[in-house]
Amino acid sequence: MAAAVIEARDLSLTFQTADSPVYALSKVNLTVNDGDFVSFIGPSGCGKTTLLRVIADLEQATSGSITVNGLSPHDARLARSYGYVFQAPGLFPWRTVEKNVGLPLEIMGIGDAAERVKRNLDLVNLGGFEKKFPWQLSGGMQQRVSIARALAFDPRLLLMDEPFGALDEIVRDKLNQQLLELWERTAKTVVFVTHSIPEAVFLSTKIVVMSPRPGRIIDVIETNLPRDRTLDFREAPEFLKLAHRVREGLKAGHSYED
Amino acid sequence: MKALRNLFAPALLGVAILVIWEAACRAIPIPQVLLPAPSVIGARIATEIPLLAYDFLKTVIQAVIPGWIIGCAAGLVVALLCDRFDFLKRGLLPLGNFFSVLPLVGVAPIMVMWFGTGVAPNIAVVVIMTFFPMLVNALAGLQASSHLERDLMRSYNASWMQALTSLRLPAAMPFIFNALKINSTLAMIGAIVAEFFGTRIAGMGFRMQTGFGSMSLDLVWAEIAVAAVVGSLFYALLVLAERAVTFWHPSYRV
Repeated sequence: MAAAVIEARDLSLTFQTADSPVYALSKVNLTVNDGDFVSFIGPSGCGKTTLLRVIADLEQATSGSITVNGLSPHDARLARSYGYVFQAPGLFPWRTVEKNVGLPLEIMGIGDAAERVKRNLDLVNLGGFEKKFPWQLSGGMQQRVSIARALAFDPRLLLMDEPFGALDEIVRDKLNQQLLELWERTAKTVVFVTHSIPEAVFLSTKIVVMSPRPGRIIDVIETNLPRDRTLDFREAPEFLKLAHRVREGLKAGHSYED
Repeated sequence: MKALRNLFAPALLGVAILVIWEAACRAIPIPQVLLPAPSVIGARIATEIPLLAYDFLKTVIQAVIPGWIIGCAAGLVVALLCDRFDFLKRGLLPLGNFFSVLPLVGVAPIMVMWFGTGVAPNIAVVVIMTFFPMLVNALAGLQASSHLERDLMRSYNASWMQALTSLRLPAAMPFIFNALKINSTLAMIGAIVAEFFGTRIAGMGFRMQTGFGSMSLDLVWAEIAVAAVVGSLFYALLVLAERAVTFWHPSYRV
């Protein structure tokens, strides 16, 4: 078995606020292996985004341990181990699409930028849009540009924080399908935050069900689904069984209560 | 075509005001000291072109432009320093604020005492007037990028300089251009008023003051007309530059 890409042990993070401490993460244990597609699912406030941000060293844990590629998150960030896709595209409006995708290459001083930009734009089916500005594209296209940007420097690990949350369901379905194909082709390790059960079940090899107050892991589901699934698969009995188990997990974590 | 149409309405209004002004001056015997007719001012401009050009050189080319460049550049540099070193922000921002509220009529004579009677005190006045608006606007602009964008830079392990050049300065450009525009008018006012305080023996402000003294109000109005046209052109050039640089801003996108 390959070494774990992410290994968290008893990871906790407490935010000190003015009135009372917020337990964003409590005793989280998690292993993500090379090539996994792992989804964190749960309601708002369950710490799924916080956990992703701890992995990315955008937030620091208060106790417990976590390694990314065997390094501390800080060292992993300095080693530019991951590409991060945010909830919003976050493209720079003064740069064309190709310049946006080339941004990390410029900052990291990576050569053959033109070839990398072209390859990654083709990967998200946006060949031909190089010279457009982000504000000339639809929301779904903008998010695809931001995925190409995260992949431009070829990190082994892709961290995605509700990347399709702001898009309508039809666009989201299409992008889910494309993301699955992209994952197949590139064999990246993906950690994906979502609050959509169908999205989590459709995409993942491993679903991490989380619940709030304190933010913790309720259930970890290994899916073992066929790799070449299409959107139709979401009506298959196995799919519905998995979706049911996720919902039961959320229920057990009191996610459906006030 | 669209640009021409945009110019049409203000041009028409301007001509209408001049016509009414001229008609009023002819219909009612307004003393020339109070308000000379546009035709009288126009005639004076035509005969005084060498003098007006000389004053333009003395005031605009020698004081306004250098003072504006130095003041804006200094404001931008200090804003960058404040951004980089937080203790400077706490120390310099209140001090900058303090300088910005110093009354012009008091500062100008002091600058003459410090810098002599050449062009230096006028430049100094313009620098003082333009420094603070740039400092405040540039600082606000440097904060204008979102958390997401700054997290992105952090995820790339970008240095402060890299984040500055590829994200924060471009994001600050709309703010910086606002300051450049505000400062273009402040610089004109500052340079002209500074000349009221015995700083020089030529220039637009000097000419206005002596014009008042000798009751040649048509000359004063001629200088006012030149100042208005020059100030507007200065501003218009900055608007054009702004559109070229911040073409991506929602207010300019096509």
